[in-house]
Amino acid sequence: MNKKYIIGTVDTVVGTVNQISTLWSSSDLWSTIKVRWSTGRMNYSVKQGLYAIGTPNADSDIFVSANYKLSFDHLRRALHGMNAWVLVLDTKGINVWCAAGKKTFSTENIIKSIKNTSLEQIIKHRKIIVPQLGAPGVAAHEVKEKSGFSVIYGPVLACDIKPFIENGYKATPSMRKVNFTLKERAKLIPVDLMYGKYKLMIAIGVILILSGIDKTGFSFSRIIETGSFSVCSVLWAYIAGIVITPLMLPYTPFRAFALKGAIWGTVSTLVIKQFFNVSNLNFIALGFFSISIASFAAMNFTGSSTYTSLSGVKKEMKWSIPLQIAFAAIGIILFIISKLV
Amino acid sequence: MKTMQYLKDVVTLQLNRDKCTGCMMCITVCPHEVFQFKDKKAFIQNRDQCMECGACAKNCPEGAISVRSGVGCAAGILNGLLKGTEASCDCSGTGSDCC
Repeated sequence: MNKKYIIGTVDTVVGTVNQISTLWSSSDLWSTIKVRWSTGRMNYSVKQGLYAIGTPNADSDIFVSANYKLSFDHLRRALHGMNAWVLVLDTKGINVWCAAGKKTFSTENIIKSIKNTSLEQIIKHRKIIVPQLGAPGVAAHEVKEKSGFSVIYGPVLACDIKPFIENGYKATPSMRKVNFTLKERAKLIPVDLMYGKYKLMIAIGVILILSGIDKTGFSFSRIIETGSFSVCSVLWAYIAGIVITPLMLPYTPFRAFALKGAIWGTVSTLVIKQFFNVSNLNFIALGFFSISIASFAAMNFTGSSTYTSLSGVKKEMKWSIPLQIAFAAIGIILFIISKLV
Repeated sequence: MKTMQYLKDVVTLQLNRDKCTGCMMCITVCPHEVFQFKDKKAFIQNRDQCMECGACAKNCPEGAISVRSGVGCAAGILNGLLKGTEASCDCSGTGSDCC
């Protein structure tokens, strides 16, 4: 990966530290777009260690980050115009919040990085600013006890860092709260859309093969004649679950994601039906199948959402997965029957 | 925008107020304003907003908070079931990172 963000070096008592840019180059922007579309995600990392923003000295602030490049990019952009240090932990290329959940953004990792970078010698003060979303992996009191550095939890969003500093290194309640705005939800959709592509292809494959069935057996010409409604239904059920449900999340009734998805799966099938001349049985069959797909796809957005709990998702899955399997099975059986009557 | 709320009465969050010394760390780290400061101690104000991230329990110096933390992710739970492990997602870029 190119390292255009390194623009020079800064001297310290223990040697030179790479100085990084606070501006995004066109390649930073392009790789951000690519990573949002799920390509090249696995190697999207930054080398761990200490970096300099501007020309920091022994009194400058230290900001801790993950080595996922998108996290790193947002942080360095937010520090534009400042003199500060950035301590990048090795989180295996995973963002702060997820890495904190996986315990790679952790107490131990912070202590180790402080030692490895000789931070005690470079910096006079004993404070590090850790993103608040790193807190599930970091015990502030243990960091203090074992390294001597106090953890100050910064705001949730990197772009609130300047107001946070102006507020005397205190995050206001709004800076501490995780939101899930339309824009934030929309940004996550491309990755999810790509995530289920193979399952979608299997679903389309199954329904296409079944479309070829007729009273005389099986014919490829039947697939072409009758397959389009089926393929459209399945494709739109997937989109209903992965695109429409997340976008309409707060406006869709029910708390369970599986139910929200089922609603949009139903709506999508009803809309598609207007464009095709199909038998009622065929329509009902595809309805069952589509609701199952949309519900399952929407349920997967629980992982991208910022407010679902493990206990809640487990509870939801306990009743929704059997229903999704049943709906898919009923859909396929009715579909075959509709081809034979 | 309407607030997004997940299922009611499912979270495993527990606070032992007898142990609480009022350091306010739980209030600082909670991303969903679950806690409030009441009578010089923390208080669970919005239990159903809890997403069981575990930040409060991890940062409570007194060990007054317990929660079974983990990822609220259906794909992760399915992964765990298939592999016979704990729920773990293979996410590498989800979550809101900036505005």
